[in-house]
Amino acid sequence: MKLHLPFWLSCALALAVSCAALAARAEGVADARQNELNYLVRQDCGSCHGMTLKGGLGKPLIPATFDGVEPEAIAEVILDGISGTPMPPWRGLLSEADALWIAENLKAGTIK
Amino acid sequence: MTLLRFVAILIVWFVTPIGAVNAAELRGTGDLGVIIERADGSVCIIATTRHEKLSCVGGFGDLSHASAVFSRDERYAYIFGRDGGLTKLDLLERKIAKRILQAGNSIGGAISDDGTLVAVSNYKPGGIKVFDSESLDLVADIPAIYGSDGARSKTVGLVDAPGRRFVFTLYDAGEIWMADFSKSGNPVISKLGKTGSQPYDALITGDGRHYIAGLFGEDGLAHVDLWNAKPHTERILENYGKGEQKLPVYKMPHLEGWALAGGQFILPGVGHHELLAVDAKTFKQTGSVKVHGQPVFAVSRPDGRQVWVNFAHPLNDTIQVVDIPTLKIIHEFKPGPAALHMEFAPRGHEVWLSVRDSNEVQIYDTRTFEKRATISIRKPSGIFFSARAHRLGL
Repeated sequence: MKLHLPFWLSCALALAVSCAALAARAEGVADARQNELNYLVRQDCGSCHGMTLKGGLGKPLIPATFDGVEPEAIAEVILDGISGTPMPPWRGLLSEADALWIAENLKAGTIK
Repeated sequence: MTLLRFVAILIVWFVTPIGAVNAAELRGTGDLGVIIERADGSVCIIATTRHEKLSCVGGFGDLSHASAVFSRDERYAYIFGRDGGLTKLDLLERKIAKRILQAGNSIGGAISDDGTLVAVSNYKPGGIKVFDSESLDLVADIPAIYGSDGARSKTVGLVDAPGRRFVFTLYDAGEIWMADFSKSGNPVISKLGKTGSQPYDALITGDGRHYIAGLFGEDGLAHVDLWNAKPHTERILENYGKGEQKLPVYKMPHLEGWALAGGQFILPGVGHHELLAVDAKTFKQTGSVKVHGQPVFAVSRPDGRQVWVNFAHPLNDTIQVVDIPTLKIIHEFKPGPAALHMEFAPRGHEVWLSVRDSNEVQIYDTRTFEKRATISIRKPSGIFFSARAHRLGL
């Protein structure tokens, strides 16, 4: 069965799809990847920082920790680690957009 | 149905409390174990011979990093949670006997050789606390204060040592301490010396003689011979990994289970994707085995013939088995993403393996490597069998 849409509806649909794509680009990270990153932060960052992110061997990853710290600076720590401490560089496993998304969500306390 | 039979049924109905364990279910506890469901804050009780999940009990708080020790009679498990919770679980009644929140952030614990004291290692506030194993009443609070400004160190690598003693390591201070409860009254605390930078975990050998702390901040390990008249910290393997670029470590190795195997210690390297073989008498390196990634647990089968290894993220879907006499990898398999923890049956014929991301525990024959069974457990992490009750340092 072939679906025939009126011209105006096709245009509206196309516009809606491209708007959604733009929004995704603004967010930088697609929904599926966001789920993966939420999981990674809880489970893998959680090895040291606690699954509830309230700290362990590593610092708590709660908004108060990042008071006055720019997301870009947090992303840099995620990507390059902190030399002389157990915080490893995640570059190679995470893209810059991934790291920035994690940084923004840690700062906002919105990791799911 | 006769009237008599009807009355009998009614009596049984009203006399037996719902969920109670009846006489037909009488069982010993030596075959039992617990598995941590890390995301739900619950603990599942298992019967190990029949690969059976008996019951999962909730209410343990934050179990994202959790471990367990057992009472001498193997009736109770003491579960140490991340949130400072210390919970006494009754394995027979399948319910929580007692629970306290004793700190803000904890990493694990130990039970004394006589079974009367349970000690917990705390990150916040840094130090250890010791409780009566019956009542969970506080017996001693030992803050890990170091330096001149009264700072408290996180504590790691807390183990029981023979003679009602506990040995533990101060992560921030880089020191090893011992708390001796052998005499009545206050415990005697002794400082056994400096370890080097960032000691992240420690182990005690099954004979209670050697305490070894792993270092993250520098090469080598810290060792205390507890049979020495004046136990003190010495550095061993100082030249290990010198001049080599360290690889990133995405999960800290655990030292527990790095048992003595065939006259040598098999230790995971830190920042090096290999296991080290160390002579158990001289503490000199005798060899090494290149492995798949950063080892997290390298656990010896109880007979010491094999060591099973799992790995840090992102290579945590793989297990390798090393043959100790030849130091060769004899088996490799992929149980699935996030294979987090292994526990051997007391005499080693089977190994139980947590596979977090597939919500299951897999059971393997350690000789044929065949999978014997799979049990569904939600986000499983640590697996602990009650036979640990009778082993030092576990």
